[in-house]
Amino acid sequence: MPLGDSAAYVEFSTTLDLEVNSVVQRLALAILKLKVPWVRDVVPALGGVALHVDLDNAELPGNPLEAALAIVNDSMKAALAAKEDAGREVELPVCYEPEFALDLPEVAKKAGLAPAEVVHRHAAAEYRVLMMGFAPGHAYMGGLDAKLTVPRRASPRAIVPAGSVAIANEQTVVYPYAISGGWNVIGRTPMVLFDANRARPSLLWPGDRVRFRVITRDKFAELAAKT
Amino acid sequence: MSLRILRPGLLTTVQDQGRHGYQRVGLCPGGAMDPVSLALANALVGNAPDEAALEITVIGPELAFEREALVAVCGAEFDSAFPHNRPVLAPKGTRFNLGRAKRGARAYLAVAGGFAVEPVLGRRSTYLPGRFGGFEGRALKHGDVLPLRDKRAARRFSTLKNTRDGTVRWSAPPLTLPDREPILVHVIEGQHFASFDSGSQRAFFDTVWSVAPDSNRMGFRLSGPPLGRPQADEILSGPTCLGSVQVPPSGVPIALMADHQTTGGYPRIAEIASADVARLAQLAPGGKVHFARCSLEIAGELRRDARERLESALRGIAWEYQRK
Repeated sequence: MPLGDSAAYVEFSTTLDLEVNSVVQRLALAILKLKVPWVRDVVPALGGVALHVDLDNAELPGNPLEAALAIVNDSMKAALAAKEDAGREVELPVCYEPEFALDLPEVAKKAGLAPAEVVHRHAAAEYRVLMMGFAPGHAYMGGLDAKLTVPRRASPRAIVPAGSVAIANEQTVVYPYAISGGWNVIGRTPMVLFDANRARPSLLWPGDRVRFRVITRDKFAELAAKT
Repeated sequence: MSLRILRPGLLTTVQDQGRHGYQRVGLCPGGAMDPVSLALANALVGNAPDEAALEITVIGPELAFEREALVAVCGAEFDSAFPHNRPVLAPKGTRFNLGRAKRGARAYLAVAGGFAVEPVLGRRSTYLPGRFGGFEGRALKHGDVLPLRDKRAARRFSTLKNTRDGTVRWSAPPLTLPDREPILVHVIEGQHFASFDSGSQRAFFDTVWSVAPDSNRMGFRLSGPPLGRPQADEILSGPTCLGSVQVPPSGVPIALMADHQTTGGYPRIAEIASADVARLAQLAPGGKVHFARCSLEIAGELRRDARERLESALRGIAWEYQRK
């Protein structure tokens, strides 16, 4: 379907489905590999992939949206043949101590678990970056333990500190900047999620497999001093 | 050897044509809200179309040139006497206050050779939410000094035909300014258009919307009747684009502008035709707009027409730069 006259969005699922998203990630990589000169951005989303087109490119075909759809179709075979889990493995150190875990007591109550058990379950799972957005470097990750499925906070916080690790519904996120947000904060990483001056500005990329490693507040301070 | 900011105005930032290729990590292209006027301003001083210039918003800055510079101001008309839409050779010591916007909301001030600010991720645009790019990643303020890259303003000016009193006797056409309001903006139905109730679908096209005061480079909030969906179910978050019109549960539509989010969880009722985004960007808060439905084919034609008008203007300017 068109996304305005400068982008096309191919949606495979209207609900969150990790299998579908895995195909979406491989599809996005297959399309990126083609290096089509008039495709500016390939954006994997939760249930589909968007192609943003440079309408001023000299090589732009007469019907860009049709051509974009053809690229998606042609790349599908490569995507399905590709090995699963195209992304890299990333480990993020997270401190779950109370001063960082603003909503941990609330989450524990809603989930019917002890706070330590919430932390254990959150750090034990492997996640995958399903989609990025909301802010640069902000990754929506799937793979959350079903026991930790809690709704968003009734009222969003005006400022969530940078590095906050939060959960809602079936996903976990890490806030790259201090911004407003309604997810339940249960820890914080000292790592800088997005730095425009790095060669690879974002720590997380779509399709990455992510694990959280529990660290102490001393280790947090030590790592924070280095970044 | 530079441009000194004596007063910053309401919001003055360094912008170019934006950074592309990072939307998959959540970074929007950003760049000039009105890229057409930026391209014109650059052409008038002999720059490439994507050179960085100052984007000036509604209330202009007061500036002092600490060395001679070739300058052009395009886009919104401001009430100062500084000539718009033409190259002006500003002698060392030139000082002026651009005043307030009379027509349109955003002007672009380009200098020959551009500003010597370091590119970040390959571009010089200021991305305010991420505090990077442009001049120290922020809006300009009193006392800032922007170094200029080029020292040959006079020589460049001397290659122009028909000059008098440090400027020329012709001007480039304003291509994005409203003749009257409400402006007409074409939109393509969005993914979730059909999920709005029929009253809301009609209201979207029948209403003269007003740009709300809390609008910014990220998005324009549109004041009018609230829009609703009979089944207010949550939709699966998906991609957005420049010109997406999202409707959050409040029912107040938001048109996504240059610094937009790259994905979002609100239903999109429409997308603005890419040819019309720069014209919408020229509305100040309180500015009036109404929407007309168009097909992809019509959007394509509007785009070709807009590009033809720009290229025709750029050819005219290039002709003036050929040696006498």
